Order: sequence, then structure tokens, then C-alpha cells
Amino acid sequence: MNDDFLLYGERLKSRLLLGTSRYPSPAVLAQAIERSRPGMLTASLRRQTAGGESHNGFWDLLRGCGVPVLPNTAGCHSIREVLTTAEMAREVFETDWLKLELIGDDYTLQPDTLNLVACAEQLLRMGFKVLPYSTDDLVLCQRLVDVGCQAVMPWAAPIGTGKGPVNPHALRTLRERLPVPLIVDAGLGLPSHACQVMEWGYDGVLLNTAVALAQDPPAMAEAFADAVRAGHNAHRAGAMQAQDVAQPSTPVLGTPFWHQS
Amino acid sequence: MSTITLTLNGQPLTLPAGATLADAAQASGLRPPFAAALNLQFVPRTQYPNTLLHAGDEIELIAPVTGG
Repeated sequence: MNDDFLLYGERLKSRLLLGTSRYPSPAVLAQAIERSRPGMLTASLRRQTAGGESHNGFWDLLRGCGVPVLPNTAGCHSIREVLTTAEMAREVFETDWLKLELIGDDYTLQPDTLNLVACAEQLLRMGFKVLPYSTDDLVLCQRLVDVGCQAVMPWAAPIGTGKGPVNPHALRTLRERLPVPLIVDAGLGLPSHACQVMEWGYDGVLLNTAVALAQDPPAMAEAFADAVRAGHNAHRAGAMQAQDVAQPSTPVLGTPFWHQS
Repeated sequence: MSTITLTLNGQPLTLPAGATLADAAQASGLRPPFAAALNLQFVPRTQYPNTLLHAGDEIELIAPVTGG
């Protein structure tokens, strides 16, 4: 069975998408990329002073590592801000990929669910390959698919919390109801969280802080890559049905000393 | 010589009247890669020399940074 990870018709080499922020140094980030070989790397755009972060090796690292870049619109609070940032990102990063972030609440970094669909629709019309960061609301995600998003990225928990899936029922319902690639974006803290959502049939995970703030980010990046593979393989293998009553796995027939005590 | 005052990344900037976005980009000291928006409208790199600036304009020049 074909197991390619396709987004907007393009094949990604890994189901792990990795953020590039908050690492102790560019060198540690480079090691994390090398150890995990992610399918995409997220990046952003910010005001810079001359000689700022763009010129401390990050840009060269991004261009030289051979991993597709997924620019984000982090920090945008209006559709207009998103559209302008998206066009700026397309020029700088020379890609149509876009992680759509439209923030509705600064405290939880929850997406602006009331404007997200209209924003995604406009970006799609402008030729972007939109990967929208969303909540786990079924109807919101369905509407994003309805306007043409070929993948949706629901959160597991608020960005940077590392809590893991706080609403497994919602995530599993999304998986059951939506036929497009689903990527859990945000809130994962442990490789077991990533493995769990992949076992549920998610197509990929996007994470940053769980790797960047680990004591050994490159080792954690590799652990997440392994977990994503394990969870995906488990989903494809098909899990047994859990049951309440014990069933001996060793044959009962021929048990020695049977009924002698 | 008359001048205009505008903002670049939120900071006041004074340029000669008739200055273009290319002049503002040069005044910023930024090296590529970066992208520009004028009054919240994206301006393609090729249009910098043709984009005349006016007093009160708001320019954003943004460059690649790490992101999640």
C-alpha cells in the first residue's frame, strides 16, 4: 500500500514537521535537524536590526539543510496582516507553502476561529498552499476543508504548553470525520504524545518547543522522529480491540499440574 | 531641501522629498533577504525604486527569523 505523505500533491520525506525557534544555538538546531530529518521546517519574519538573527547563521542553515521551509504568520491578528505577511514570506522564502496562524486570543494563542476560514479562502485564491493552525473544533476544520484546504492542523493543546492532547475525543472525531491529511500542531510535549496521535491515524505532527527546550534537543528530535514513525506504523498495522476480560496468551491446553492444587 | 518624515519598523525616519522605498531600504542598513510592506500593503522587491514615499507612510521591513 502506498505510504507517501502527500500535501497539496507534494511528497514530504517525513511526517515530523519541526519548528526552528527557542533552541540554545543555531548549531544545536542544526544537530536537531540532522538527527530527525523533518519533512518541513517552520520559519517566520520579524523586524530586524542590521546584523540581526537572519545573519547569525539561521538563513544559511535554512537554505543549506535541504528541508522545505514552511513560513508562518505567527503574531498576526487580522486577515489583512496575514495576507500581507504571507506575500512577504512568499517573496523571502520563495515558496507558496504557508502555515496560517491568525491569533484570536493572546493569552491562549487560540486561533481566531471566526475569521480563519475566510482568511484561508483568500490565501488559497492567492495561490498559497495553506496549512491552517486551528482548534480541534470539527465544524471549523470541516469548513476549512470546504473552502479548499487540503490539510488541517488542529492543536493538541495551546502552543508551547507541552500538555499533549487535552481533548482526545475531539481529535479522534476529527480523524474519523475528515478525509484530508491532518497534522497535530502545537501542545505536544513528549514523544509518546506524538506516537499517540499517529496511532489514531493522524498524518503528521508539527512541534517546536518540546524539542527546543529539552535538555538535549538533538536527542529529543530523534526521539520524536522515532515516535512518529512508530505511531504511524502502528496505525497501519491495525491495533487489536481492547477488552475488559483477561485472555491468557499462553495456551491453556496441556497446562501441567492442572487442578492438582 | 524639503524632507518627509515617516516610520520604518515603528521608528521615525526622515528622508528627502521624492525618496522611494529603495532609499528607505538602503537607509535601514538591512542586508537581504528581507521583504517590504508600505501602509500594510506588500511591495515586491522589484517595485522599490518605483514606489514614491510620502509623509506619514508606515514602512515595515521584515527578515527571516526562527519560528514555530
